[in-house]
Amino acid sequence: MSLKIVVLAKQVPDTRNVGKEAMRTDGTINRGALAAVFNPEDLNALEMALSIKDLCNAEVHVLTMGPPRAAEIVREAIFRGADSGAVISDSRFAGSDTLATSYALSMAIKKLGTVDLVLCGRQAIDGDTAQVGPQVAEKLNIPQITYAEEALEVTPNTVVVKRRLENGIEVVKTTLPALITVQSSAKSCRFRNALRVMKYKYATSLHEGRFENVSTIFKSKDYLQIEEWNAEDINANPQRLGLLGSPTKVKNIESMVLAQKESQMLSNSEEDLMTLTKDLMDTHILS
Amino acid sequence: MNDILVYCEVNDNREFAEVSLELCSKARKLADELKVQVDALVLCDDLNGAENQLFQYGVDRVILATSNHLFPYRTLPHFSILVNVVKQYNPQILLLGATHIGRDLAPRVASRLSCGLTADCTNLEVGSYTDAKKGKEYSQLLYQIRPAFGGNIVATIVNPETRPQMATVREGVMKKEVYNIEYKGVVEKIDPQLYLNDEDLAVEIINREVEAHSINIKNAQIIVSGGYGVGSKENFSLLHKYASLIGGEVGATRAAVDAGFTEPQRQIGQTGVTVRPKLYVACGISGAVQHCAGMAESAKIISINTDPSAPINAMADYVIVGDVTSVLEKLIKCYSACQK
Repeated sequence: MSLKIVVLAKQVPDTRNVGKEAMRTDGTINRGALAAVFNPEDLNALEMALSIKDLCNAEVHVLTMGPPRAAEIVREAIFRGADSGAVISDSRFAGSDTLATSYALSMAIKKLGTVDLVLCGRQAIDGDTAQVGPQVAEKLNIPQITYAEEALEVTPNTVVVKRRLENGIEVVKTTLPALITVQSSAKSCRFRNALRVMKYKYATSLHEGRFENVSTIFKSKDYLQIEEWNAEDINANPQRLGLLGSPTKVKNIESMVLAQKESQMLSNSEEDLMTLTKDLMDTHILS
Repeated sequence: MNDILVYCEVNDNREFAEVSLELCSKARKLADELKVQVDALVLCDDLNGAENQLFQYGVDRVILATSNHLFPYRTLPHFSILVNVVKQYNPQILLLGATHIGRDLAPRVASRLSCGLTADCTNLEVGSYTDAKKGKEYSQLLYQIRPAFGGNIVATIVNPETRPQMATVREGVMKKEVYNIEYKGVVEKIDPQLYLNDEDLAVEIINREVEAHSINIKNAQIIVSGGYGVGSKENFSLLHKYASLIGGEVGATRAAVDAGFTEPQRQIGQTGVTVRPKLYVACGISGAVQHCAGMAESAKIISINTDPSAPINAMADYVIVGDVTSVLEKLIKCYSACQK
């Protein structure tokens, strides 16, 4: 008996450190200038999967949805210990909101057959909606445990999870299959394994565009092929994908106009700061 | 006409979450504009009549289900009942707090109903929409307004075709207002056993530990807040020192929380808490729109930043150009001197 675990991971622009080079002169961010990274909480989810694999017989598969270059995410997960992975990529996925995204992901999970556990990060740093995890759980009709910190006990039929409440913690037990969303306070992901890096260094997908001679690579070492699935491969109904399958529409986007005030400029001198402190006390803002 | 439904969250003390009361107040205003009613769904074990408190915020009807399975909160029982209540009552709008519970429940419900859902809205309005492609006009849609990725932009999201139009809102974004202390509505009891099945009980709570003291920055009158520019956890202690000296609380930006400088409960902004203090001291905060959305209504703003062109400076009353630690040390000294 082996547990089949799927980790959902997303490649995201690194919105955590928006440097000056990524700022346009009009104050907006140039997304293209931001590094593409493994969504941080998805790494926590990967670690939870690998920790379970350390303790019992389990296989860990990684699924990511995105452009072909998202194969980087699968490769990175394999370097760290995942057994295999696939990129779900199709131009018809473009413009998907969380509903369409969760539909595509759930169809890809179904392609893997009977799955015991689906793990993903609580939310992605480029959208912060935290919606995709629970929506995938609903589409698979399995229980969900959100805000998880640790899997305390795993048996072939159940899992016991410690999860974060807004003002405390809760330990819950669920039957399997189930979906767990993992948050950043969970254990950080282990580093790459050197032997795995050597073995899978040239792993790529058909359209990632890393090498010209991919077919030769795949012919000699088939384990280097990262699978790529399009809408047909996952049996998806095109009406439920991309913009077509997304009930939310963006009506408009505006620049944020913050209330501008006439600011008083002060220097870092004790004199200026004393004047400020006295002003605040005179106006009873400070007492 | 189809009503507005608010999912009202009950906390561990069997009191309504602040955000739920705020949403009832907002729902009342939207309902008056749309000329419809406000319904509130309450799921708990026994509230001892506390549900009647909701009427003063403008609720016309409380839909109440009581069962031991419904307290404390578990996803699946609440999910099953909420989905069925939506099917039965057909609300045009469904609002939930963007709390751990709301963010757990809302997406699952939206998925089951194939509805659009917008997380963490900073404003809700009613308006029209034209779908240029289809050449179709829609009136009286819910505008779900939220800052979006990409810098200083705010997106207005609509769900033209699907109902209910679903949105979550963080605590403190809307104002809790008594609509009419005498306002009376009806309580309609529903039988949860009609909607619950064994599968809804698949998740069992083994243990719960609720902390009594949580950090509460929402009602603080003075907030000393730090961003990534504070530089370290150690430097953050200086913010605590100044805050406790002047009787304030410490807040933070998301970048500072993500960097591990301070606790997530202190996060101010779109994905944190919205605050309206009389004094907001922004230390090493550049002023991303997601952060500003949560503090723009502060009465007085002081910005301490090495960068004179930091975006937050435009909304500050006082701008101090300088290093956070050195400025704070001097401010501590100045205030102490004034106390003597």
